[in-house]
Amino acid sequence: MHPAYSVILFTTASGAGYGLLLWLAAAAALNLVPRDPMLGFFGLGLAIALVTIGLLSSTLHLGRPERAWRALSQWRSSWLSREGAAAIATYIPIAALGFAWVFGEFMPGQFAVGAVLSVPCALITVWCTGMIYASLPTIRAWNQPLVAPVYVVLALATGGVLMNLLLAVFGYELRWAATGTILALVFGAILKRLYWTAIDTAAKTYTAESATGLGRFGTVRPLDPPHTQPNFVMREMGYQVARRHAERLRRVSAALLFLLPIMGGLLLLLNLPNSIQIAIAALSALSAVAGVLTERWLFFAEAEHVVVVFYRGGSA
Amino acid sequence: MTSLPETTAKKLGLVIDLDTCVGCQACATSCKEWNAGGYSAPLTDQDAHGSDPHGTWLNRVHSYEVGDGAESRTVHFPRSCLHCETPACVTVCPTGASYKRASDGIVLVNPDTCIGCKLCSWACPYGAREYDYDDGVMKKCTLCVDRIYNESFAPEDRVPACVRACPTGARHFGDLGDPDSAVSQLVSERGGFDLLPEMEFKPVNKYLPPRPRRDQTAQPAPRAVEQPATNSGSLADRFFAWADKTLAR
Repeated sequence: MHPAYSVILFTTASGAGYGLLLWLAAAAALNLVPRDPMLGFFGLGLAIALVTIGLLSSTLHLGRPERAWRALSQWRSSWLSREGAAAIATYIPIAALGFAWVFGEFMPGQFAVGAVLSVPCALITVWCTGMIYASLPTIRAWNQPLVAPVYVVLALATGGVLMNLLLAVFGYELRWAATGTILALVFGAILKRLYWTAIDTAAKTYTAESATGLGRFGTVRPLDPPHTQPNFVMREMGYQVARRHAERLRRVSAALLFLLPIMGGLLLLLNLPNSIQIAIAALSALSAVAGVLTERWLFFAEAEHVVVVFYRGGSA
Repeated sequence: MTSLPETTAKKLGLVIDLDTCVGCQACATSCKEWNAGGYSAPLTDQDAHGSDPHGTWLNRVHSYEVGDGAESRTVHFPRSCLHCETPACVTVCPTGASYKRASDGIVLVNPDTCIGCKLCSWACPYGAREYDYDDGVMKKCTLCVDRIYNESFAPEDRVPACVRACPTGARHFGDLGDPDSAVSQLVSERGGFDLLPEMEFKPVNKYLPPRPRRDQTAQPAPRAVEQPATNSGSLADRFFAWADKTLAR
């Protein structure tokens, strides 16, 4: 599949934003951080900015971005619509939490209710993002049970790395966040490894013979293409570049997204001076950002659509 | 609404005969011509006179080489929307622009509400939907919805443009939900089949398989010998025989 930059930015930025929101909301609900208005402002501000940049970026993928509001209507059948509706709905508990944290409560219990409701809203939104891809049986590498869980765990992992940076900058106790982030990163690394094994071993069940119904006469080999230049279907679905470098890119993304941030998280557990903690957390965040961008690019570029069998024969 | 109708009153669709299709592209070009001005207008092309010309077409004709040795054959294979009974392209649509009509089963895109997210093209295994890069919305076969009900047309023209254009009669249009319709009869006589039936989108369009090859090892039929013109011996016959011989020199 063609790895559109708008969609890569959408899934990674909104994933990290919802992940950071999850950490902040959980910390607020469990009283793990002081109720410092500046922490609330910059923390939730960063989370909202990432989420919003991601959602706006997703509209750049549209042919008619001015009609994007229509995408909220078909939540009964469409995961994309559900994702949009859940994303909009999540702004409500974020706003309740954010206003209570930064300016004080307008209503009693606003802080706690906003914090508690933000957690399921953010989880549901990221799950819906993953299901947009996991619900497509036409794309073998996406139609896998691990796809949506990986989206959620990577949101928690990248959000956790940002949470560590935030707490380090503010000089607050961060060992609980570093521990949680390490767990999310390790879990993410395991799930992603299992996912890569799953897509490498999943049977290619759809063939040119079945797609054309001509298998009864023998193998089906393309003789003349239907058009001289690639059309939309081939440009969108026939992306080939990644597969040659897939193994190397997997190692790069695993090192940047999992290995280095895990090592950074372990260092944060030590009693280091705050300036060094900030540097470690910042480098971990940079590494995780580069890693998750590589991982997401590969998620699109490695995936093969069944329609390619009409164009090149064989199986998909 | 992108939820699917429980049933459709009719199942209008195409039956494509892979035995008689000669791959002439008449269906594809007539489709492009009609739909560039009809429901799907504009049906744009990009870089039409440059080095990378491409455009939105609703019907594409592949040619395949099938089988090996004496049993191998060339099969021309038109590919367009199959107007599935349970199409995923409709249910994934976030806006309700994609829909399946309860009256006749035609799958359409409303060009006024499509946001061009392309998710329907990802959901379709048949590559039937193409994004119109200039119009910013998805385009697909409409089964020439603006021809088949058009009462200002002569009855023989109230068929999809591709069916009207096919010079070998390889394309048939009708109600595949009616077991007594001509197209349903054709499908049962010729063993019409679905593409990718295991994906369970239940395509309405059917394809007819190429007929079995004639036995190539049998003796060829003796060549017909030209019969000499009858010559009854009459003056006229003798004149014509003389004229034939003279002119043949």
